[in-house]
Amino acid sequence: MGGEAADEALRGDRVSVTVSPAPPRPLGRVPTRRPESSASWRLSDRIGLAVAWALGLFFCALTAAIVIYLLVQGLRYVSPHLFVTHPTAGFSETQTGGFLDPLIGTGIVALIAMGIALPVGTAIAVWLSEFGRPAPLARVAEATVEMLAGAPSIVLALFGALIFESPLLGFLSQQTNHVVLGRSFFAAGAMLSLVALPLVVTNVREGLQAIPSHVREASYAVGKSKVATTRRVLLPAARPSVVTGAMLGLGRVIGDTAIVLVLLGATLNLQGAGGPAILSTLRGQGSTMTSYIYENAPTGEGNQPTKAYAAAFVLLMIVLALNVLVDLAGRRARELRWS
Amino acid sequence: MELSQPPPVRRLTGNEGNGHATRSALREERNGAGRAPESGFVSAPRRVTPATVAIDRMHVDGLSVSYGQKRAVDSVSLPIRQGEVLALIGPSGCGKTTLLRSLNRLTELTKGTSYSGQVTLDGLDIAQMEPTELRRRVTMVFQQPNPFPMSVFDNVAYVLREQAKRRPRRREVAGAVRDALGRAGLLDEVADNLDHPALRLSGGQQQRLCIARALAANPEVLLLDEPCSALDPQSTKVIEDLIVRLRDDVAVVIVTHNLQQAYRVADYVAFMYLGELVEYASAQTVFGSPREQRTRDYVSGAFG
Amino acid sequence: MDEYIPTERGAGWSQDQRAELWLVCIVVGLLIAMLVFVLHAAWPSFSHNGLGWFGTGGRVDGQIQAIFTSGDLKSTPLYVFHAWPLIWSTALITGVAVVIAFGSSLFVAVFIVEFAPDWLRGVLEPVVRLLASVPSVIYGLLGVLILVPLIGNHLITQQEKASVNPTVQLSGYGLLAAILVLTIMVAPIMIAVFVNGLRAVPRNWIEGSLALGINRWRTFWMVAVRTARPALVAGTVLATARALGESVMLSMLSGGVGFAPNPADGLIFLFEPSRGLASTILFNTDELSSPPMQHTLYAIAAVLLFSAVMLSFAGWAAKQPMKRYGVIA
Repeated sequence: MGGEAADEALRGDRVSVTVSPAPPRPLGRVPTRRPESSASWRLSDRIGLAVAWALGLFFCALTAAIVIYLLVQGLRYVSPHLFVTHPTAGFSETQTGGFLDPLIGTGIVALIAMGIALPVGTAIAVWLSEFGRPAPLARVAEATVEMLAGAPSIVLALFGALIFESPLLGFLSQQTNHVVLGRSFFAAGAMLSLVALPLVVTNVREGLQAIPSHVREASYAVGKSKVATTRRVLLPAARPSVVTGAMLGLGRVIGDTAIVLVLLGATLNLQGAGGPAILSTLRGQGSTMTSYIYENAPTGEGNQPTKAYAAAFVLLMIVLALNVLVDLAGRRARELRWS
Repeated sequence: MELSQPPPVRRLTGNEGNGHATRSALREERNGAGRAPESGFVSAPRRVTPATVAIDRMHVDGLSVSYGQKRAVDSVSLPIRQGEVLALIGPSGCGKTTLLRSLNRLTELTKGTSYSGQVTLDGLDIAQMEPTELRRRVTMVFQQPNPFPMSVFDNVAYVLREQAKRRPRRREVAGAVRDALGRAGLLDEVADNLDHPALRLSGGQQQRLCIARALAANPEVLLLDEPCSALDPQSTKVIEDLIVRLRDDVAVVIVTHNLQQAYRVADYVAFMYLGELVEYASAQTVFGSPREQRTRDYVSGAFG
Repeated sequence: MDEYIPTERGAGWSQDQRAELWLVCIVVGLLIAMLVFVLHAAWPSFSHNGLGWFGTGGRVDGQIQAIFTSGDLKSTPLYVFHAWPLIWSTALITGVAVVIAFGSSLFVAVFIVEFAPDWLRGVLEPVVRLLASVPSVIYGLLGVLILVPLIGNHLITQQEKASVNPTVQLSGYGLLAAILVLTIMVAPIMIAVFVNGLRAVPRNWIEGSLALGINRWRTFWMVAVRTARPALVAGTVLATARALGESVMLSMLSGGVGFAPNPADGLIFLFEPSRGLASTILFNTDELSSPPMQHTLYAIAAVLLFSAVMLSFAGWAAKQPMKRYGVIA
């Protein structure tokens, strides 16, 4: 066919070659196509791929090892009575009780911290995303949130010690002879909210910014004010992001040790500060699961490795559960994606 | 042959006639006399296209491509020759892009594609070749210019550097880079600073850079997927001239939805509709006196 | 921020908007106040020591003890403090961990995005997320109960222990354990950011490179990784900030002694104990009642905060040259 066309071309004319369409053939078995294989690559490329595989598998193996090890040790030492017994001072494992107080302590700080971080964080995120005027203030706010995200929790703990020891805030913790203790659930919860705040702000903001402008315009077009739009239309639409931010923040709050060690006093049991029941607890000292593990590790004062394992196992399970929830929330967020 | 009168494409050609497609008329037309052909397709003067010798490069043989259940390309057979520009035309969804992408096995990047039939390059079945090897010999330029975030020099040298067994020095590739830029018609504009960031070039320059990049390794076939659709008319003209100049060294296959462009640059035209190859003929025939009614309808603008 | 601001009748902003503005101002004000407070409280320690604060001189543990005891009302407050061993420990542990984590995280991220089979990718992504959310005290616990005995009993020989016995105790609590666990702690953070960055690379660039006949590995490396460099910078900055501020795990694993590990010691160097800046604060928080101690600890906190800010700035600066070649930053 090529030769023919060449001859025709030389004569300065072209003969059109029409190919009438063949009747459609069903797609039958074809010889397997040769895919791209790494055999043709340079040696350095193949080594690179091998390294990538090795590291990927290593990470999986490592996580499996950590989880399984904690599972095995945890299940060995965890027994239901640990959940309901108060920790007591003692010398041997059998005498030291369970971790009821730390468990309650974790719950309390989580509640206080998220109770502050969620509303405040959402408000800031809404302000940044929807209003954002004056612009310099918005930039400062963004920078501050970023700085907070990068601030080590020990620094926040120290700062918390500074302000909660001042007489102004003495009502939030114990006071003896004009010396404010500065350690209480209030103090710890407040500082922990700062730890969760950047995560809430970032996630809610992202969720709001993902909503296309035509949704807002539609709402304005029917006469709703900006505030009403935000409250009734935008926030509900961004709910998966709010949930994600809340759970990520919660994860960080539950896992934090430094602030708890500094601002909660790390006492074995919940120690009230006197006064009406709930207030007494909140103004008093206590411990959380993280500080309990810290104290009971061989490097801590308690040195009860079995209790430490048990508590670590429980804590890990809580964190795992949170992770799964974040996954689900993320999946829902993807389903509700705006096209 | 009774022809209905479809609305003609409104273009000023200068000579309106009731042309009869004779050999002399064709030659005149080829030289830009611009008689109105039978099909009702009225176009701007055709560029001068000297006769060339055509060498067979690729052959598509009963190729069918399906995405899952949907048959995108249905039993297409046609030759691809060096020395010719082949234009694939047809309405949206007709399978011309799929056909183009199956020529360098880019369709394999999508999961769930199945194939039958065969495509050969210089007699070798491309399905049995190493994909990277195939794509060095059959390169592609895309609709959106996609230069890499590097300098102009690095973009063009990219292929040469990565294909070599060991990384060549700048001196070694500099000649080939200038060559490729020259063939793409970009050398004059960037010669004074080859380290200029590629993304700072204009759209037309970026596309020519992509063409230079594709030419750097001296491929045998150049595939162009609507290369000018994102560009302004001035850049389009430059690139079309370039395509016509290139066809002696490389077999060129261009997908375009712009019939005028196909008329300007193509030697052979394949009209596809709903996956089928409706007509494959020289540009004169397809735009002048097409055999199939569907071709006639499409070319005269009855649908598109 | 949307450009469209509906013009509402009535004067100025609504009550809700005002309230929100106040809230933002208060929170931002509080946080800026924190910065100012910390610097103010840190000042006495810096002013007493000048630049020598960062240098060497004496045993830092002894100095800390002296500072604490001078805090009661009877003695004059002592502020002498040379923090070099602490700074060196922090820099060493953070630096090495980040470098190792960077290399491994990049490979794992590339693997996750492009080269892992689907089933493996579905396992790896949750795995990385899980590793990132494990509390640091659990990492510390595992390190203490598994890694430290391993190193102390099997890797360090009796000879080595004896050779440095008067100065420091080699027991498995030291650099090696700290660096290993810190690497594992920060790698998931980097991997998550790298994966996001790599996924954001426009698909047509990758296709374009493949269509030129470049193999998948090179294409991904040369095009995607290059394009994702801002994400690489961001991930590294995030991970380094995390590593700098890590107090709990390091206080459990790094040895707890104010000693500057000496590379000239050869292999023993890996096992030498030390203590970083953040861990030092943690160790001494019970002693906050002593004013000189307060000032010293705040000085350390100020250094940490300052490093975090400088880190952010360095990250921003690193992204600027990338804008030149069109890599979106």
